Amino acid sequence: MRTPNLPRSGSRRTAVRAAVAVLSATALTALAGCASAGSTTATSASGAASFKPATQDATSTVTVWADSTRLPSVQAYQKSHPDVKLNIVTYDGSADGSTYLQTKIQLFDRTGSGWPDVVFGSPTDVTWASRPTKPGATAFAAPLDQNLVPQSTLDNFAKGSLTPCQYDGHTYCLRNDIAQVVLWYNKTLMDRFGYTVPTTWEQYQALGEKVAKEHPGYLVGSVGDTNSQESYFWSSQCPAFQLTDPDTLRTDLSSPDCTRMSNLLDTLIADKSVSTQGFFSQGFAKDSGSKVLMANGPSWYGQYLFNAAFKTPAGQIAAAAPLTWDGETTAATGNVGGGVWMVSSHSTNLKASTDLATWLTTSDANQAGAPTYPAYVPAADAWLANPDNKKYFATDVSSAFKTAANEVWTGWSNTKFSDATAWSSVVLPALTAGKTLTATLPAWQTAIADEAKSVGYKVTTQ
Amino acid sequence: MTLLESRRVTAPVRRRGTPRRRGGGGLAGYFFVGGYAILLLAFGVFPTVYAFYLSLTNDRGQFTGINQFVKVAQDYRFVPAFTDMLLYLAMWLVVLVVLTVLVAVVLRGRMRPGLSALFRFLFYIPGALAGVASVLVWLFMLDPAVSPVSWLLDSLGLHTFAAVLTPGNLPVIFVLIAFWTGAGGWIVVMYGALNNIPDEVLEAAKMDGAGPWRTAWHIQVPMIRQWIAYMAILAFAAGTQLFVEPQLLQTASLGRVTPTWSPNQLAYVFAFQQGDFNGAAAISVFLLALGLIGAGLLVRRSDMFKVDEG
Repeated sequence: MRTPNLPRSGSRRTAVRAAVAVLSATALTALAGCASAGSTTATSASGAASFKPATQDATSTVTVWADSTRLPSVQAYQKSHPDVKLNIVTYDGSADGSTYLQTKIQLFDRTGSGWPDVVFGSPTDVTWASRPTKPGATAFAAPLDQNLVPQSTLDNFAKGSLTPCQYDGHTYCLRNDIAQVVLWYNKTLMDRFGYTVPTTWEQYQALGEKVAKEHPGYLVGSVGDTNSQESYFWSSQCPAFQLTDPDTLRTDLSSPDCTRMSNLLDTLIADKSVSTQGFFSQGFAKDSGSKVLMANGPSWYGQYLFNAAFKTPAGQIAAAAPLTWDGETTAATGNVGGGVWMVSSHSTNLKASTDLATWLTTSDANQAGAPTYPAYVPAADAWLANPDNKKYFATDVSSAFKTAANEVWTGWSNTKFSDATAWSSVVLPALTAGKTLTATLPAWQTAIADEAKSVGYKVTTQ
Repeated sequence: MTLLESRRVTAPVRRRGTPRRRGGGGLAGYFFVGGYAILLLAFGVFPTVYAFYLSLTNDRGQFTGINQFVKVAQDYRFVPAFTDMLLYLAMWLVVLVVLTVLVAVVLRGRMRPGLSALFRFLFYIPGALAGVASVLVWLFMLDPAVSPVSWLLDSLGLHTFAAVLTPGNLPVIFVLIAFWTGAGGWIVVMYGALNNIPDEVLEAAKMDGAGPWRTAWHIQVPMIRQWIAYMAILAFAAGTQLFVEPQLLQTASLGRVTPTWSPNQLAYVFAFQQGDFNGAAAISVFLLALGLIGAGLLVRRSDMFKVDEG
């Protein structure tokens, strides 16, 4: 393996000339008539039409990928169904815009093996899993409405909660939980300060300014998390991620529905009663966890933010229904996450896999004690009836949760790209650098539009 | 003195011996080189050829000419990613070359041998950590909430992790990490290179009245020029491959660092999020070209492969 001797300058020149000739010839043929560089994936036919189950084997092992939060549920299924062979794998569950699952499935599609049978993922995952990742491949997610899950079961999911699962007339996932945004508040602190819980955004802003003056250091919210845009701008009905048809994204951040929220937040950020540090950022719980008076956020904030992260004692935290804007009669609210279960179209044991996914999402046995609010309506009632889910709170959160669950605005679409990327990498650093939210909206819009175009959407900003 | 003499003795022997060996140990030679050659073909040459194939076709296997290259070059993330990387490379190479050579010169000439050995060992340790582990160390170092040097960060006006990770600071952070992990090994190599300079040469310089810095600048550095070029080529190639550091920082900062900070990350996003392996291959070919051009320039300018007529 010796390196060949370098040609001397004369022959080198000839070699260069030859290389240039070959290259330019290649370039010419290249320019003459060659295929487009675009990927076919965006426009290819739906996966459902070509869905043919693999050869089934009722005894084969079912591989489950779940996040650590849902791991106990899967283990409980194993306990109550000892005859089913499960191989349980924990992974990040696509939290915080992680693309681990997508990366792995892309590779499995290339190698033609290795797919898990059942996975827990984010709604964003459904957008790529419901269509083939490359020509000739089968969409990863199996169409569950095709002889797998009865329509009567699908009909019992909360209104709109299966929308992210649907593509081209088929349902590709079962929604595990919804994360409707409510107004969380610390009742003990509110009572001590003599404040009433706001019901409109205008009152919220007024209270925030009051808190800044009367009790500096206390907070009525934070915009620094990867999902804060879903708590605030989604609730404000800002058309940031609106699919007008499956291939066209509308993003118009100059809309008054966006600026009313950015102006409100800018005022409170300037007053320092809304933090630009994330609730979940390093050190926040220690430094300011006990100073959070209010937080507009998802239904899981109660257990995961106040109880687990801030370690606020039981009996202090309560939830109120979503805020309205003056002049608007019905509230709209956001949704921060909420996972889905998908069954692999490559599974050799579709029956057991589907049974697992159905049990996880719909059974009272699992959902009544689930960590987050179930999307399946009968299970949600069982969840709310379970005293364990409510004993931490100062007041009964049932009515706030139920109201909010029906008020999630449907104009914030489930897109092929995460709505967190642009917010986290463009807006949050700008806020850290001292820019206002309102001044950052154009940059955010550009980032959303660029990202949307790169995954094949047509973009309109009107 | 001794060094120069032994050189004179051994050199002719080797020259005479070489042709004989070439004829004799054929089979054993192939055997020794075979393992490496197979791995090189499987994990070096074949993937490169495959990348060229992918970059010239689309996902239906049709020939696309330069269209893939045009497509990725027009992507909105292409220019920022390459700008980030080139900025990082420029800072990293200058810092690496200046500081490692300086430290090696100091260790070689201005320090007691025992102390010098201790420092070489200390400088080398971080390099023995795996890349991921060293990034984790820096995540702690850079987060004012837990950093042992939080007073330093505070005095720079950086009170939160988010403030540390503003886009403008990122190249500096990556240079810090790269230098901390990579420079130790190069200091040892440069030290070895300096050791190869015959003592007579240094003594002669001293007699001619050159001080330590003059000697370093006019004698030592020129004599290890080829080593410096070698280091620059490898550091340049490694620098264009920047991936682990920004990727980990992106995750650890909960997305405050863009997922396409470096071209390698962009290729990763193309391949694994957009499912566009052809576009990813085109980016990798861009990186290969950049690495070859950089290496070519350095090799030519430093006469690295010129055989000494000594």
